[in-house]
Amino acid sequence: MLLLYMTRLRSDLLWVPTFAILVAFAVPWPLWGVDRVVAGLPVWIWWHVAWLGLCTALFALFVRSGAWERGMGQRPDADASSGRDPSGSVGGDRR
Amino acid sequence: MTLGLSLGIVVGYLVVALALGLVAYRVSETTAEDYYLASRSIGTLVLLFTTFATLLSAFTFFGGPNLAYAAGPEWLVVMGTLDGVLFAVLWYVIGYKQWLIGARNGYVTLGEMLGDRFGSTGLRALVAGVSLLWLFPYVMLQQMGAGEALVGLTDGAVPYWGGAALITGFIILYVTVAGLRGVAWTDTLQGLFMLSVVWIAAAWVVSSLGGVGAATEGMLAARPEFGSFGGGTYTPGFIVSTAITIAFGVTMFPQINQRFFVAKSAETLKRSFALWPVLVLLLFLPAFMLGAWAAGTPVEVPDGANVLPVVLSEYAPAWLAAVVIAGAMAAMMSSSDSMLLSGSSYFTRDLYRPLVDANASERREAWIARIGVATFATLAFVASLFRPGTLIEVGGTAFSGFALLALPVTCALYWPRTTRTGMIAGVAVPQATYLFVVLSSVLPLVPTLPRTVLGGWDVALGLMALSGALTVGVSLLTAPTEESDASRFAVTGD
Repeated sequence: MLLLYMTRLRSDLLWVPTFAILVAFAVPWPLWGVDRVVAGLPVWIWWHVAWLGLCTALFALFVRSGAWERGMGQRPDADASSGRDPSGSVGGDRR
Repeated sequence: MTLGLSLGIVVGYLVVALALGLVAYRVSETTAEDYYLASRSIGTLVLLFTTFATLLSAFTFFGGPNLAYAAGPEWLVVMGTLDGVLFAVLWYVIGYKQWLIGARNGYVTLGEMLGDRFGSTGLRALVAGVSLLWLFPYVMLQQMGAGEALVGLTDGAVPYWGGAALITGFIILYVTVAGLRGVAWTDTLQGLFMLSVVWIAAAWVVSSLGGVGAATEGMLAARPEFGSFGGGTYTPGFIVSTAITIAFGVTMFPQINQRFFVAKSAETLKRSFALWPVLVLLLFLPAFMLGAWAAGTPVEVPDGANVLPVVLSEYAPAWLAAVVIAGAMAAMMSSSDSMLLSGSSYFTRDLYRPLVDANASERREAWIARIGVATFATLAFVASLFRPGTLIEVGGTAFSGFALLALPVTCALYWPRTTRTGMIAGVAVPQATYLFVVLSSVLPLVPTLPRTVLGGWDVALGLMALSGALTVGVSLLTAPTEESDASRFAVTGD
């Protein structure tokens, strides 16, 4: 159980660069100076719209995977109704 | 369409919102926790919309389209990035952490949380004082927006000061009778209302212009540079520093920061987090594109007027223009009442109680809060009559001021080694410097200092870096005081 938790914790670290990329490229930097119009709007606006959709999808995945709680040292299942319960904490596994 | 009907729609809407607040007040308890936090019982839809409506103020509704009209639709990307993505990440990093800490220790304000952690009334008062300072221009911004909106809607029949006074009156009345439960309820109503109305308005204008493609073609014919990404106002420095200062600033806004304490459960925070980027986009896309498309129409926007009402009065029926203005006024009202409500809790809990009268009764505290709100709103109203800058300039100043708090607070939340002296240095020095830069344009004896350097980089961004460096550096050089207690912020185990 604990081992699984530690493995999860390590793969959760991938969220840090993921979030960094999501923030950085919400601005369509690769399209700097591009003036093509696609389907009635400048193409870089479409990039931004699609990117924010991607953000919502990945944020939802972040929440569903339990990384939301693990990131703050909480246990996902115990936190479902309230984070106030101290038993929802990770006990001896404090980082 | 008569002037009376337009005004009737606007005032009628404000009255409905007020009535809703009164109903909420009737069901609320009279404790401070209920007044300010609705007993920490806010659910997902209401939390999402109360945060949403609070963010969406004259800055978004009028300032945004104005900038898109003048400088191009890139503003959509700037605001979408900072509000939809960066703020969402901070919602987790700062907001969820604060929720965990707040739920354990029963905090109501940011200053209270920090003051308790570092055992320092001084720090508590400093954070509250700084927050109230930057709240002032932002409240003013709403009054400026309302004043301009009614001038635009009524062709000057209602003077600028009249619109500003009208909204000031409603805000004071509203906050003093309703408390957060009322504010949260009407925010939800207003959020849904604004979203629908702005889409209807966009659809109406676009169909008058012959569709999205034709609207964009018209825009590009008049302003070819709007089509390519970047350029003009939108330098990389402007985009990056605006996005960072506003997103961090938003988290420290009293009304937003206090929202981090009100969620009923973590579930509420999680759902709001995931929905946030799309919700933000749904509002910004039509609002800012309307501003950009307006550049391709023959519409003349007079100096000091807002694009959105002018375009609507040209291309949409008068009742729709009135409804949109009502929605915008509602946005400003919900922004202001949330701000003033949170501001009043900062004032009574972090300044009045600790420094003036620790034993004030609840009843007395409630009265002090209400008098404080009325005074603050009235002073902001008076200042708004001088119109010291554009909506974006006044708003940007407030955001940057708040942004300077964000890194010291984050440091305190995550780094147990942070000391009281480190916090005070990290907050006070950059704040004093920024205030000096802002005031240098009005002080007679000093030269006006530049607000941006090297092609659009905001000096506030440099000061943010300074605030972080000072907090960490001074903390390393000083020892924690005896009164401080890092375990107050521990959330992982006991």
